[in-house]
Amino acid sequence: MSTVVALLEANSLVTAFVVVALILAASNWLATRIFRGQVHGSAIAITVGLLLAYWGGLVGGGSKGLADISFFSGLGVLGGAMFRDFAIVATAFGAELDALKRAGWVGAMSVVLGVILSFVVGAVVAVGFGFTDAVSISTIGAGAATYIVGPVTGTALGADSGVVALSVAAGLVKAILVMVATPLVAKRIGLDNPQSALIYGGLMGTTSGVAAGLAATDPKLVPYGAMTATFYTGVGCLLAPSLLYLAVLYLQQLF
Amino acid sequence: MVIYGVGLLAACMLVGVILGDLLGQLIGVQANVGGVGIAMLLLIWVTNASRFKVLLEPPTSSGINFWSAMYIPIVIAMAAKQNVVAAVSSGWLAVIAGVAAVAVSFAMIPLLARLGRSADE
Repeated sequence: MSTVVALLEANSLVTAFVVVALILAASNWLATRIFRGQVHGSAIAITVGLLLAYWGGLVGGGSKGLADISFFSGLGVLGGAMFRDFAIVATAFGAELDALKRAGWVGAMSVVLGVILSFVVGAVVAVGFGFTDAVSISTIGAGAATYIVGPVTGTALGADSGVVALSVAAGLVKAILVMVATPLVAKRIGLDNPQSALIYGGLMGTTSGVAAGLAATDPKLVPYGAMTATFYTGVGCLLAPSLLYLAVLYLQQLF
Repeated sequence: MVIYGVGLLAACMLVGVILGDLLGQLIGVQANVGGVGIAMLLLIWVTNASRFKVLLEPPTSSGINFWSAMYIPIVIAMAAKQNVVAAVSSGWLAVIAGVAAVAVSFAMIPLLARLGRSADE
């Protein structure tokens, strides 16, 4: 038994692949069987990941969640900044410039406006909760954009790991809420045609939230929303650690 | 070959990260400024340029698609390594920030849709 554990620890990254696959498999099973498609499997999996990180933090006593337990140390590599950024860049591959041009200026504007709106809301809430340093405020604001923009911004600005976790949690709350609430509010917000779907994807930005939210509303609208949402994380990663962070710094000097 | 796709993706990321770092030094921010975003724009530009079409035949593109598909699993691993214990001590912040961001964004959709329609006419 101890040999097996030692081998799994020696091949930690490979072990991490199995662990994540098992988490996703269990989450997708829960999504279809228990939640009956109401919640996206990936959202459940991320929640499970955060819960495991909480448990790992209690047991391991470190700052890297589950990755502090040597058996799970591969998660630290797989979920580290290098692979995360690599995968984010890869998601841009699905986006076509021509399709975005067809989306028109409203689609492009909704992405930029969506990032700024969510960032401002998140930043204001962070200030309301007593955060005073520009790095933490920007990271939480970025997390209110998506749970990718938050950690990317936090890593770029050198934010505390706890603040990064907060930004991921805020992005997760957003993603789950978008999945659950979209079919409920679709009629009220006029989400019934390709153009409003493009705007919706741009404003919400959370790819899994948008894909699941539109699938639950009208599957025909999925590609339009996903198109603008694909650009959201990129625009967020571009704006949040640069212009928006500088804006926070500037406002901080005023008050 | 699959490795061409992976290599292209990797090259885009490295160039983006280097440019992001330079941009950071340029504006005096102790941070990588938008390196990932620049890398994404670079990848979109390269994969849409006709001279690189040869590079993107199925085996090559699957090298990029694989990593695109690994995005969610990597995000899950990332969630599992976060310092949640520290975050939980101020738990309401995340909920309020997330809910408020969604509410404000939902409210903006009809407004922008109206703007788009009047622009079309």
